[in-house]
Amino acid sequence: MTDSAEPVLEVRDLSKRFPGVRALEAVNLTVAPGEVHALVGENGAGKSTLIKVLTGVHRADAGEVRYQGRPVTFRRPLDAQRAGISTIYQEVNLIPLLSVARNLFLGREPRRFGLVDVRRMNREAGQTLSRYGVDVDVTRPLRSLSLGAQQMVALARAVAVDARVLIMDEPTSSLEPREVETLFRLVRQLNAGGVAVVYVSHRLDELYQLCDRVTVLRDGRVVHTGPMADLDRLRLVSTMLGRDLAQVRQEGLTRFRAAPPPRDAPPVLTVDRLRKRHVLRDVSFTVRPGEVTGLGGLLGSGRSETAKAIVGALPLDGGEITVAGRRLRRPTPRRAIRAGVALLPEDRKAEGIVPDLSVRENIVLAAMPRLARAGIVTRDRQDRLVETFMKRLRIRASSPEQRAGDLSGGNQQKLLLARWLCLNPKLLLLDEPTRGIDVGAKAEVQELIGELARDGLGVVLISSDLEELVEGAERVVVLRAGAVVGELVGDDVSEHAIMSALATGEGPDDDR
Amino acid sequence: MTAEPATITPAGPGRATLIRHLQHYGVYAAVLALVVFNALFTDHFLDLANLRTQLVQVAPVVIVALGMALVIGTEGVDLSVGSVMALAAAVLPLYLGFGAWPAAAMALLAGVAAGALNGTLVAVVGLQPIVATLALLVAGRGIALVLADGQLKQLRNPQVLGWGTDDVLGVPVVVAVAVVLAGLVGFAVHRTTYGRQLVAIGGNRPAAQLAGLPVRRVLIVTYVLSGLFAALAGVLATARLTASDPSAIGNLIELSAITAVVVGGTPLTGGRVRVLGTVAGALLIQLLRATLIKHDVPDSTAQMAQAVIILVAVYLARERRSR
Amino acid sequence: MSADTTAHVAAAGDTPQLPVSRVAGMERFAVAAQRHGALAVLLLGSAVAAMAFPAFATADNLAGIAIQSSTLMIVAVGMTFVIITGGIDLSVGSVFALGGVLAAWASQWGVLPAVLLPLVVCGGIGLLNGLVIAYAGLAPFIVTLASLLGARGLLLAVTDEGAATYLVPGESALLDLGRGTLFGLGWPVYLAVLLGAGAALLLQRSRYGQAVFAIGGNEEAAALMGLPVARVKVTTYLISGLLAGAAGVLNAARLGSGVTILGVGMELDAIAAVVIGGTLLTGGAGSVGGTFCGVLLLGVIQNVINQIGNLTSSVQSVVSGAFLAVVVVTQTYLSRARRLR
Repeated sequence: MTDSAEPVLEVRDLSKRFPGVRALEAVNLTVAPGEVHALVGENGAGKSTLIKVLTGVHRADAGEVRYQGRPVTFRRPLDAQRAGISTIYQEVNLIPLLSVARNLFLGREPRRFGLVDVRRMNREAGQTLSRYGVDVDVTRPLRSLSLGAQQMVALARAVAVDARVLIMDEPTSSLEPREVETLFRLVRQLNAGGVAVVYVSHRLDELYQLCDRVTVLRDGRVVHTGPMADLDRLRLVSTMLGRDLAQVRQEGLTRFRAAPPPRDAPPVLTVDRLRKRHVLRDVSFTVRPGEVTGLGGLLGSGRSETAKAIVGALPLDGGEITVAGRRLRRPTPRRAIRAGVALLPEDRKAEGIVPDLSVRENIVLAAMPRLARAGIVTRDRQDRLVETFMKRLRIRASSPEQRAGDLSGGNQQKLLLARWLCLNPKLLLLDEPTRGIDVGAKAEVQELIGELARDGLGVVLISSDLEELVEGAERVVVLRAGAVVGELVGDDVSEHAIMSALATGEGPDDDR
Repeated sequence: MTAEPATITPAGPGRATLIRHLQHYGVYAAVLALVVFNALFTDHFLDLANLRTQLVQVAPVVIVALGMALVIGTEGVDLSVGSVMALAAAVLPLYLGFGAWPAAAMALLAGVAAGALNGTLVAVVGLQPIVATLALLVAGRGIALVLADGQLKQLRNPQVLGWGTDDVLGVPVVVAVAVVLAGLVGFAVHRTTYGRQLVAIGGNRPAAQLAGLPVRRVLIVTYVLSGLFAALAGVLATARLTASDPSAIGNLIELSAITAVVVGGTPLTGGRVRVLGTVAGALLIQLLRATLIKHDVPDSTAQMAQAVIILVAVYLARERRSR
Repeated sequence: MSADTTAHVAAAGDTPQLPVSRVAGMERFAVAAQRHGALAVLLLGSAVAAMAFPAFATADNLAGIAIQSSTLMIVAVGMTFVIITGGIDLSVGSVFALGGVLAAWASQWGVLPAVLLPLVVCGGIGLLNGLVIAYAGLAPFIVTLASLLGARGLLLAVTDEGAATYLVPGESALLDLGRGTLFGLGWPVYLAVLLGAGAALLLQRSRYGQAVFAIGGNEEAAALMGLPVARVKVTTYLISGLLAGAAGVLNAARLGSGVTILGVGMELDAIAAVVIGGTLLTGGAGSVGGTFCGVLLLGVIQNVINQIGNLTSSVQSVVSGAFLAVVVVTQTYLSRARRLR
């Protein structure tokens, strides 16, 4: 809390490289006892890597970590825990089928005559938890607790080992508001006892509510560090996204937008009040043919989830999806595709590419039944189609028979685009189409997006790159914490406006 | 939270290439080496009679292994094939009163039903393939024995016996069937939408789902095929035995089939089906056993050798994925 | 999540109400069915059998069921450990047979070698299984399938390619171990119960046991919590091998010879008993008590089948296979119902 206190945890000039990627570059971080230190940054900023180094999952290439004044190297998570650095993960990392008490004491059970003293364990577990405001039958399996209570158990376990530093990695992402409150109360309680907390979250409200100081990471570097109160929301967002406010206003734009479509064109997509617990809150917007609609938002705002829900890959609790005037009932990927919707998924390795198949087969994967005669694959039709798209999208592969897993990121992305274009979709949902691909390929993909919209497709562009949104999208729908907090049209679309909406826009029943 | 940045690690070239080549061509080289060895050192190895015997013995394993290769291609496994063989063997004599072909059809139908059950448990209920097929492994042979009243039944139907002894174009029926099936499966895997979808599902299930592939249907069809092939192998093996013996037929054939598939270069993690490799894998095991036996190495040693080969093959196959 | 039944929180000041529980009737039912289902079915089945067949409830018949089940009990206890970690051991049938043959062979030099040799060899096979599975990361089913074959090969090698049958010398004390009785029950029954009790204690009341459950429940989390995952896995396969070997020794002692063809398919009976006893095949939950109930249930079914008379004994495996399928599918649906809520 005070700069004068001896730091409990200090990171000095820490660097970490993965093959081909510089994950951390001379990062510095100082955490004082009793403070809550926010660690923020967008995807790929290096938060995960930093946490993994601090907890002994990865080892740094250069620089040092000092803990309680001494340099330390942790070789595995257990070492860090033993030293007093505990971690709470986004997903509760306990054993769901074991009882609450056993989870709490796993690996350090109280023993009597060499046997686990179950009565003492249960008694102590009950006492510990009720001190944290969780009054529960500790003999029940952990999974029978609400997620909030489970997170409390994780917290209790983490601090039970005399933790001096507690790292919390998005601990609230699946909690109810009142559960969050209880968690915060507990964190403050721990603070008062001198425990330092490193808090990772994308929820701005939480950060301002809880944290004393903030360190912002971007592209593996620290771009800001200082008291939380000195950085207003807009500046925090712009720092995270790497957009200098003053500069943004002056810079000219190189738009790849399509010409605005006629106003009266019937929408190709209408989503109405999509709901999903903890994820989406009444998300509504429309997309017209020939138009690029941007979906903006920070990580965890529900952008990707919205896209997944539209193609039926994420079950919804409620809401309506209408594609080209026809209601999509109980959407599944197959039904969505038949209705003319295509999704370019965010994680192209895990959800897009079939690495062992050839470029050709990856391109025709979805269209294969349409290209076959009586279930037998006809190569000439495939080859013609593949050749057309490889040329049109400028996919650079040694041949159509090259293994898709060996292509560069940009070419993989274009390959996936080709997979969908084969189907002549009406609506393209593009989730981070240019992330992690090189500059040249990025420009090509962006140009392609504009071209496709001009051809009359409806395009939804999801991107955390504000510049890309502003240059590419006719209209931008801004999401925060699963709700629409702003919609910008035409000339109102600007980085400044998007950031304002991200930082302060009001959503429906905004209770966080 | 954040995915680790995409990294493409070029593995150490020498070792990786060696392992890849071993996976791809090792099985053919090994078969060739064994053939050469036997031609030189084993008496009467190249005699027509001996070659016939070897092929007739390996054919049922090949047939079962072809179905197994498809299942493993989807990242599954079918432990019930031996029991399904027994089931088919038990069903066959029950319907011989209607003639050989109807009886065979019923036996195959039993295999289809078994496969459909496995497929449903895997694709619809969502059980792990090992667990799903375990139930039928336990119950299948029991059902067969109940159907057969626990007894060995001599077959006298000349048509059925003919399947065990006749030749087609100078090739024993069972061998001809295996060859034709291998061709069909190869064609299905490489040239039909079903086959390509199967490989895609095994290679990246979430991607296949998002690309709108009929994942459930493909999985069910695959287990049905595996059941059908096992039943076919059961019928043919029964014909050759000239008796229906549900208690012994197909015992541990799942092990031989999995070994053939894995030795043939199809990884247990799915996404690839090597039909020719599977055939070669089955041949390799057969030749190895024959070689050891012909050179008076006891059967016990042959079994232990097979155990080691399985482990080595699985270990090598694992290497490729973990890169 | 409407079914928060017991939401209460410490009254400390203005503490907001924290919804602590998401237990519903379903969850309770699932837990109860898991824990006591096998026992309930066992009692019910026995009651029905006792009413239907007067010969069933006699002391002799019940003692017979107990002694028949004793070897499977011992094997199934080891299997319980393995399955709780999320693994499977298909080699136990072969290892069991090997243990019996080794015991009979070594009994010519006395009781001690007859007990120790099988335990060392069978334990060794289990250890090997565990090492390959835990450290080379190969799938348990394929590794143990291979060692099924390997153990059978070893058995053939020991018995001169299956031609030799070793007899336990008539004066050997080993026979007393297998055939002796106390209060009408055979020694193997007491041994099985003793081993089971020890195993239950180990599983429920030792740190090792907690780790076994934790690894089956969530291996990654267990590793993050600092448990020695690989070492625990290895020991479960070691235990399984040892117990299968021990069961083989007892069986040889009872039969007075090492019969080579025994144990084929025993792994399936053991797995069926374990699963029917409420242990999740996916790991993370289970109990030795449940396994015992599962084994006895199979024993009762077998006995009833024999009593009916005109049924072949293979009805047994049909019934256990069907049981297996029903139990596993039910478990899947119960846990899915929980997840969706």
